[in-house]
Amino acid sequence: MSSTTATTHGARDHARAQAGATAEAMPVLPARSASGLPDGVPQERLTWAETVAGGGYASRVLARGTTLRLTDLHGDACAHVLLYNADQPWERLNVADTVKVPWQAYLGAGHPLLSDQGRVLASIVADTSGHHDALCGTSSRDANARRYSADGGLAHGPAPAGRELFVLAASKHGLAPRDIPPSLSFFQGVKVEPDGALRFDGSAGAGAHVELRAELPLVVLVANVPHPLDGRDSYTCSTLALHAWRDRPTQPGDPLWSATPESERAFLNTADYADARGLA
Amino acid sequence: MTPAEPAQEQQLGTLPDGAIVLDETVPARAPWSAVVEAGQLLSIVDLGGNQAVDCILYDAHDREQRYSAAETIAQQGSIFLTTGSVLRTFEGTPLMTVVADECGRHDTLGGACSKESNTLRYGHHTKHQHACVENFLREGAKWGLGKRDLVSNINWYMNVPVEPDGTLGIVDGLSSPGLTVTLRAERDTLVLVSNCPQVNNPCNGFDPTPVRMVVTQP
Repeated sequence: MSSTTATTHGARDHARAQAGATAEAMPVLPARSASGLPDGVPQERLTWAETVAGGGYASRVLARGTTLRLTDLHGDACAHVLLYNADQPWERLNVADTVKVPWQAYLGAGHPLLSDQGRVLASIVADTSGHHDALCGTSSRDANARRYSADGGLAHGPAPAGRELFVLAASKHGLAPRDIPPSLSFFQGVKVEPDGALRFDGSAGAGAHVELRAELPLVVLVANVPHPLDGRDSYTCSTLALHAWRDRPTQPGDPLWSATPESERAFLNTADYADARGLA
Repeated sequence: MTPAEPAQEQQLGTLPDGAIVLDETVPARAPWSAVVEAGQLLSIVDLGGNQAVDCILYDAHDREQRYSAAETIAQQGSIFLTTGSVLRTFEGTPLMTVVADECGRHDTLGGACSKESNTLRYGHHTKHQHACVENFLREGAKWGLGKRDLVSNINWYMNVPVEPDGTLGIVDGLSSPGLTVTLRAERDTLVLVSNCPQVNNPCNGFDPTPVRMVVTQP
């Protein structure tokens, strides 16, 4: 007896019979057909609905004015995020300016995520977690190999490092390892002690979410991996949900626009660029 | 008879033992770069005191491997650099180690000033001023490095505390004339420097001054 996949027709039938299966981590297309949406996510305007497994990654190009909600479904997600101006990806998230310009090391609602060109790539417009990190970046192969297993850290191994996943995600947008700067992470917090020591303070628990508003057209890279300071012996990272929908960029009159003098000039620079570039 | 005074001007700095292979003064506001070979020591002397020295490191033979502020502070568990700090690449590989430090702490968070970020921090009237990113771009171009190769940098002698509520900022420096920090190259390392020209905050005491770079072979 030959197997059902011994012939092209048999193999085709076998492949096609898999359609309709579901997994916890998967994209839903069209996004507007996604079910079980969190409160406040407008189904009719969705442009991206995807769940990302621990150890997984996702990426997307999002229009200016899009709102992206990240949800820590089970309490152990850690969303490492990089942002690029999709029109000119050599303009990208600059974590130093993102903490220096607002005079604030800790991320939360209202925080502008700044590029190296003095513009706002995205604004944090909602945050029910308060446990985030802009300082420690993502995990490396070297650190994961020492923490989890000798072959840890590789994308095909049991403990993928965030850096490895960013290399893959970036590649899909024509970007190379040299294009991957330090990243931000959401849902696992870090605080700085008075002597400069870094203290990991973990998760806020299941169900927390963060919303980012795209202030420019963005390439968004997301790697869902344990935080580099997560001291647990096992590679612990749970599913992350991503929902994006059409919305508006921050405008004059929005409280965010003039929240601080630095923010206002950052939004002015952003609007100035978008206007000259012909972006709505 | 009293001995004659030395003819040459006494140079400031506390240098390690060994043969001097390079001894250069970087003028105020200027860029600088050099390859420091594995095992050699680079001493950075703050000649005038409280002079921020912005610095990015690259593996001299594989410049895709470069300093990562995030990897460096995550692995050492502290935001400040001082003696014992290992300066690592994004992959965790040591590029250089701080082997002596007379200042006490150096910044990993503040990054480089740029004409663009100056417009946010101080206003658009500062856009015309020179900035560290300009130095990095111009000096990096000599080595084939471009804008995509710039990452969060080290700020030697810059003082950036973080308050309990997360407030962070560049405050008055802890350095003084002649203080020296010495780094050992763990592999051949391209050192890219901007002698910070910023005049709108206290990182240079509002008066950018020269720094001395000395490479010794122990």
